[in-house]
Amino acid sequence: MRIVVVGAGPAGMAAARTAADAGAEVTMVDSEPEAGGQYLRGRARFSHAGVTHLKNTEAWLVEGNTLHLRGPAQLRFDALVIATGAYDRPLPFPGWDGPGVITAGAAQALAKQGVTLAERVIVTGTGPFLLPVATALQDLGATLVGVYEASSPTRWLREAKAITANRHKIGELAGYRKVLPRLETRTAVIAKHGDRVTVAKLDSRWRPVSHRTVHADLVCVGYGFLPRTDLLPDARRTNDFYDVDERQRTSVENVYAAGEVTGIGGADLAEAEGVVAGAAAAGLNPPAKAVEAVRKGRLFAQALARAHAVQPGWQTWPAPDTTVCRCEKVRLEDLTGATSMRELKLTSRVAMGRCQGRICARNAAELTGVPFDGQRRVIAVPIPLGELAALPEEKKS
Amino acid sequence: MQPDVVVMGAGIIGAACAQALRARGLGVLVVDRHGPASGTSAAGEGNVLVSDKEPGPELGLALASRDLWPELALDAEWEEKGGLVVATTSGAVVPLQSFAAAQRAAGVDACEITAADALAREPHLNPEITAAVHYLQDAQLNPVKATRTLLRGIEVRRTEVSATDGRSVTTPEGVISCGAVVNATGPWARNFGVNVLPRRGVVLVTTPIPGKIRHKVYDADYVGAVASGDADLQTSGVVESTQAGTVLIGSSRQRKGFDDTIESKVLKALARKAIAMFPMLTNVPVMRAYGGFRPYAPDHLPIIGEDPRTPGLWHATGHEGAGVGLAPATGRLLAQLLTGENPLVDPHPFRVDRPEVMV
Ligand SMILES: Cc1cc2nc3c(=O)[nH]c(=O)nc-3n(C[C@H](O)[C@H](O)[C@H](O)COP(=O)(O)OP(=O)(O)OC[C@H]3O[C@@H](n4cnc5c(N)ncnc54)[C@H](O)[C@@H]3O)c2cc1C
Ligand SMILES: Cc1cc2nc3c(=O)[nH]c(=O)nc-3n(C[C@H](O)[C@H](O)[C@H](O)COP(=O)(O)OP(=O)(O)OC[C@H]3O[C@@H](n4cnc5c(N)ncnc54)[C@H](O)[C@@H]3O)c2cc1C
Repeated sequence: MRIVVVGAGPAGMAAARTAADAGAEVTMVDSEPEAGGQYLRGRARFSHAGVTHLKNTEAWLVEGNTLHLRGPAQLRFDALVIATGAYDRPLPFPGWDGPGVITAGAAQALAKQGVTLAERVIVTGTGPFLLPVATALQDLGATLVGVYEASSPTRWLREAKAITANRHKIGELAGYRKVLPRLETRTAVIAKHGDRVTVAKLDSRWRPVSHRTVHADLVCVGYGFLPRTDLLPDARRTNDFYDVDERQRTSVENVYAAGEVTGIGGADLAEAEGVVAGAAAAGLNPPAKAVEAVRKGRLFAQALARAHAVQPGWQTWPAPDTTVCRCEKVRLEDLTGATSMRELKLTSRVAMGRCQGRICARNAAELTGVPFDGQRRVIAVPIPLGELAALPEEKKS
Repeated sequence: MQPDVVVMGAGIIGAACAQALRARGLGVLVVDRHGPASGTSAAGEGNVLVSDKEPGPELGLALASRDLWPELALDAEWEEKGGLVVATTSGAVVPLQSFAAAQRAAGVDACEITAADALAREPHLNPEITAAVHYLQDAQLNPVKATRTLLRGIEVRRTEVSATDGRSVTTPEGVISCGAVVNATGPWARNFGVNVLPRRGVVLVTTPIPGKIRHKVYDADYVGAVASGDADLQTSGVVESTQAGTVLIGSSRQRKGFDDTIESKVLKALARKAIAMFPMLTNVPVMRAYGGFRPYAPDHLPIIGEDPRTPGLWHATGHEGAGVGLAPATGRLLAQLLTGENPLVDPHPFRVDRPEVMV
């Protein structure tokens, strides 16, 4: 039984270990030099009997029972587990495309390498993952001007069930106590010009009600996450996240998905899903403990999605000349008159550049009211023509 | 108010028909299940070509279209960039030169140039090329913008037609009565009685490398692939850049129904042919691949005219890999036939009652 896992974050590592322990021959592929994924990178010393870890290797196409890797190289599989995670979603505001604005995830990654980013920093966005980022920046000696959470904490009062099932999450908050005094809710950065940053108080729909100016060198932005689901363009998805059943099976035969590609709920949920996917892929019944952890974790994930849903008032932040698509320099005022995503792209070039809309497509859809139809990118990562030309000849079977 | 004509399909062909009908004073309603340019017309490279056509009725239609486009495509990134067809083997030299000579006799501006001349025009071209022909009339536009421009001032309704009798169309919202119906549903035209089938094509798009490639450049073996009816995968090298600096690489032809899965063998074949013409592309990354379904008739000629079995039902479809180039003349011819004007080209070769076309 050959099992291939794409992604070496909490979900992928758990899937690989579990499948190997069940006797499968496992290859785990990850684009980074170290295992660990977004959150654990640098702290996960991965090595497990029965798992071959291919580092610095990107996967770009699933074709039948073959996974195509950069190089080029191919891996044949009996079962495939996709655990490619997610990246943060920025929202455009005047100045977001200029110097001194990065995503919260990028800030966290740089902080893990011990890079001091700036003196005065702001973290702005929504969701609990802003807190570890702020903590990491402060630990590196930055002055935390503010941590701005756009949503209202009272939204969590409606989520008693999810909280009861996930008490340990409250405990995690204690780890961030140093940054809590800097936390302001119903607040967001809505413009940045040089080191002058406009910070607004928001109503419940995120429309600005008042604002003030503060000074900062770096603004880290994260309004939730967008999953990396390009490897299976034909799998059933909801809001771009893969739909999976209770064994983490996608709608594509022999392909499983685990972690943030199925929903956002933190590293422990990702890991539990990885255990379930790894066991199921290897043909075993998933362990009851992991199944229960997934059930509880999903309650939390769903509550998180509700409490920190992006509210439409952000659409009042950008000005007509604010960039929406950074790769192709498309401004808000360039987005006119389209009725479908495809028409919008081909008339304005939004989402047609290097990032292929991974960053801007959803924002452009919301700004124009065009239905967001889950982008279908059939090549998951850019690949030089020379590598395509060097693909092996097809075997005549 | 009841429209004079309902055009089914808001692709480049439906849009050109609607524009020409309206210009003749008719009331036109366009219907499309997914909105303007949502089908094949958004998948094309937007070439307006005469270079790839052998003398015959399609070339006549292409030349007539080429004259009409500049005025119609003003806001659609119209660019008279010219085409360069190159032979990459010694065996391909004579066929290319005699093809060009026959085209010249039919009114095409086809200049034979030396390999050195070709390299001066396209500095990154493979120096090993054996012959080259420069086509001054070949141009390019943005087909989605062109569709929009043609539809300006015309009502487009988003709905799906399930049936038509030539005097009305049936939609989920009810029956729309009219004087005549135009079937411009591209690769889906078979649903309304003509034998049009899909022929899959895939295009690779690179990251931007502005200024490196100036013309549309293609391998002389493209002409053979266009004319062939084989179901098997056929590829030929077609390379050009867009105004955004990305390079488009085609072209593949495959008959596999409406199956749109990407196959690595197609990517490989396209990449090899592009690199054979432009070795510097080896290290340029492909950031996307996309594809569509060319609507083709078994005898590879467009279908333009009234359906003898269903008076009032007109067809304008089957343009295969050339619908963007052929759109304005198709629209004008259809409108002229429908209103009884003298046609701009002989309509006989495109008539509906060809044995291969009636189903
Ligand atoms: C800013 C930030 C702060 C966070 N803080 C916390 C926290 O405090 N507590 C908590 O529980 N969680 C936190 N999280 C969430 C945590 O990162 C995730 O829950 C967890 O990393 C998800 O695990 P995963 O395995 O699904 O994906 P990831 O950890 O993202 O791993 C996916 C891996 O797949 C690789 N990959 C992707 N595509 C390809 C490809 N095509 N080919 C090869 N490899 C590929 C990626 O490089 C990556 O290594 C935070 C996240 C962010 C962004
Ligand atoms: C990869 C590729 C590259 C190409 N490159 C070029 C090129 O460079 N130059 C060139 O000239 N041509 C090119 N072509 C060919 C060109 O794209 C087509 O010939 C042309 O787009 C056909 O236009 P159309 O309007 O007939 O069809 P479409 O654009 O497909 O329009 C048909 C419309 O009908 C609608 N429709 C279908 N059924 C119904 C129904 N029942 N009710 C309501 N609406 C319906 C569809 O939604 C669709 O919008 C290329 C094609 C491909 C695939």
